[in-house]
Amino acid sequence: MEEELNKHPKSSRRQFLKKGLVAGAGVAVGGGLVTTYLDSAASGTGEKVKVLTTGGDIMEVDKDMLKLPRVSIKESHKGIQGRKFVMVIDLGKCKNARKCVEVCQKGHHLPKSQEFMKVYLLQDSEKTSPYWFPKPCFHCDNPLCVSVCPVGATYKRTDGIVLIDNNRCIGCKFCMTGCPYSTRVFAWKHYSEYDEDKEPYSPEASSPGKEGTVSKCDFCPDLIRVGKLPYCASACPMGVIYFGDVDEDTVTNGTETFQFSALIRDRAGYRYLEVLGTRPCVYYLPPVDRQFPVDRGFNDLDESIKNRYKSTPYGEKHKL
Amino acid sequence: MENEQNSPIKEFAPQLERTSIQGYAWIIFLLAIIGWGVYAFIQQVTRGHDVTGMRDNVVWGVYIVNFIFFMGVSYAGALISGTLHLFHTAWRKPIIRMAEFITIISLLIGPGYILLCIGRLDKLYYLVLFGRIQSPITWDVIAISTDIFGCLIFLYLALLRDLATLRDYESLQLPKWRKRIYKILALGYTGAPEQQKRLKRATDIMAAMVIAIAIIVYSVLAWIFSVTLQPGWHSTIFGPYFVIAAVFSGSAVLIIAMWLFRKIYHLEKYILKKHFVAVGVIMLVLAAFFGYFTFSDYLTKWYGSEKNDELLIQLLFKKFYWPFIISNYVGVLLPLIVVGIAKFRTITNITITAVIVIIALWLNRYLIVVPTLESPYLPIQDSRPEWFNYGATWVEWSLTAAGIALFCLLFTLASKFIPVVQVSELQEEAKPEEVLV
Repeated sequence: MEEELNKHPKSSRRQFLKKGLVAGAGVAVGGGLVTTYLDSAASGTGEKVKVLTTGGDIMEVDKDMLKLPRVSIKESHKGIQGRKFVMVIDLGKCKNARKCVEVCQKGHHLPKSQEFMKVYLLQDSEKTSPYWFPKPCFHCDNPLCVSVCPVGATYKRTDGIVLIDNNRCIGCKFCMTGCPYSTRVFAWKHYSEYDEDKEPYSPEASSPGKEGTVSKCDFCPDLIRVGKLPYCASACPMGVIYFGDVDEDTVTNGTETFQFSALIRDRAGYRYLEVLGTRPCVYYLPPVDRQFPVDRGFNDLDESIKNRYKSTPYGEKHKL
Repeated sequence: MENEQNSPIKEFAPQLERTSIQGYAWIIFLLAIIGWGVYAFIQQVTRGHDVTGMRDNVVWGVYIVNFIFFMGVSYAGALISGTLHLFHTAWRKPIIRMAEFITIISLLIGPGYILLCIGRLDKLYYLVLFGRIQSPITWDVIAISTDIFGCLIFLYLALLRDLATLRDYESLQLPKWRKRIYKILALGYTGAPEQQKRLKRATDIMAAMVIAIAIIVYSVLAWIFSVTLQPGWHSTIFGPYFVIAAVFSGSAVLIIAMWLFRKIYHLEKYILKKHFVAVGVIMLVLAAFFGYFTFSDYLTKWYGSEKNDELLIQLLFKKFYWPFIISNYVGVLLPLIVVGIAKFRTITNITITAVIVIIALWLNRYLIVVPTLESPYLPIQDSRPEWFNYGATWVEWSLTAAGIALFCLLFTLASKFIPVVQVSELQEEAKPEEVLV
């Protein structure tokens, strides 16, 4: 991957981007697409911002260069060519730090009440161990949400991603009842956070949000296009979330890269509620060899977040 | 017509010709409720669906319950009047018009509740513009619009002879414009043998069609729920179960309408005890079927229960204990006892039973929609109580009341324009019989 990126002609600006934006965030994904991004970013507004490179230097770059590409709605239906994305979540490492949730909300300009990524405290049965369970959209290969949509506002792309076009969405919420994983969120009103985003809407960015429509985790294809990992994967301090490509058979969390098939084979990876036949693109590694005890997840939590887990079997037992 | 003196139309002339003070008060009262509903609707549009009790888990609430409920009520006409017509049941004549009114009016109101549930009403036309045939909602749009159209034709065919009677009835004190409307709507029907033959054939065909369409509509409605994977919804029995529940509620509403119009318009001569008993027996049979389907559905969920079915059953028997008892025990057993035992079989008892059945069936729909959404596969973990427990807000209740008021208003207005009892049919039937049972 590193070699692939080096193929591009060198210029100081590109050199910077390669180091500071791409390399730092995990290079495994979408390397070839960086060129497109650079070309589109070439015409700047002249406004400069200071950024810190991975080498520790402060550099001034054109503000437009930091913007993520926003493809048109039509383009967003196609999917990134030749890719099939997959996510692997290592439950053994999650300690409910909630960085995935926070960075995702910031990146998608969401209010606190809307979470594309949710962290559950699950316990499969009374005697089994409780564990933290980060849950994005599973981007199912047999997505019921897509089947039931009456207007084609939600669609499955060739790269496996399920997106929502909120310009098309009529807000009937049938997809929300169709999804067995409670993944989708509805904009019950207009949130001020939506206004922070001044860019034109693109389903790939799931932003700006729109009152009366459904939205959800989108696997951040706008980040993938510039060779970055989704917000949640790069934000996680524990490296719980691996993202990659099934066809390349590679997943990475930014610091470690694994062969996807070997990881799933050796660590007994599974998909949540396989029995439902939705064929998710998100795999879980069982919560074994824990790096943290479960109750570490309650450290530094807001009271309102902590209250969520009060009525869980674990919460009731330990009188949260 | 020649024998105007004997015409039952005289019985209806007062309400067709003028409205009493109580009548006006009633209409104003209904308009006030509808006005309040409009205010609630404006609140919902301007402030967003945040004003409702619906949240990300329970995304469908009382609106959808009302939608299923009114669609069910519309069965009064579709199946009951259709079936009675096809089997030439003699006693149907005085009540068939009411059944058809109920059908059309509830068919117009029901889909309105779906609209209240839609987040972006401004894009509603996308359902047609970008409609996907794979989606059960598209099936629903096609089925319901066909049903409305079919039922309107059926009603109109049944009205034709009465419209001709009203047109020809010289001494009726009516403004000119109304006479003109009757004339236009009567389509030059004079009762010639050829016309009668054609009308009969058309009505027969439409009666059969309406029954078929009605079954499709309600099955499609059920499939919106049962095609999903949600515990409690993902059930094969839902199609027939919804159809039975719908006809059941239709029969109950018909009984209530019969009782009201009998009182208000003094139709004691035409709507007799035998009619109450006859529709009551239909209600009894449907109650038995409904009870059987309900039992069958819950038994299989409870006996070999998956984890989520178990959670749902627990929820139904704990949090929703009383609604569950009323809808699935009282609503089933009461009609069996009251209509089944001859001693209890009075007009008042049957009507009270019908009212309870209606409440039970509304609760039954609530128990289908809400508890399932409150017990998804992934447990709801939230600190906001309203995301845990659905409770309809004043906006939703106001719009529910407005829907019922609109139903009553349209029924009242319709009865001012057209007799609620099929006059032409009664003229053929020389004298009403005394008692049937």
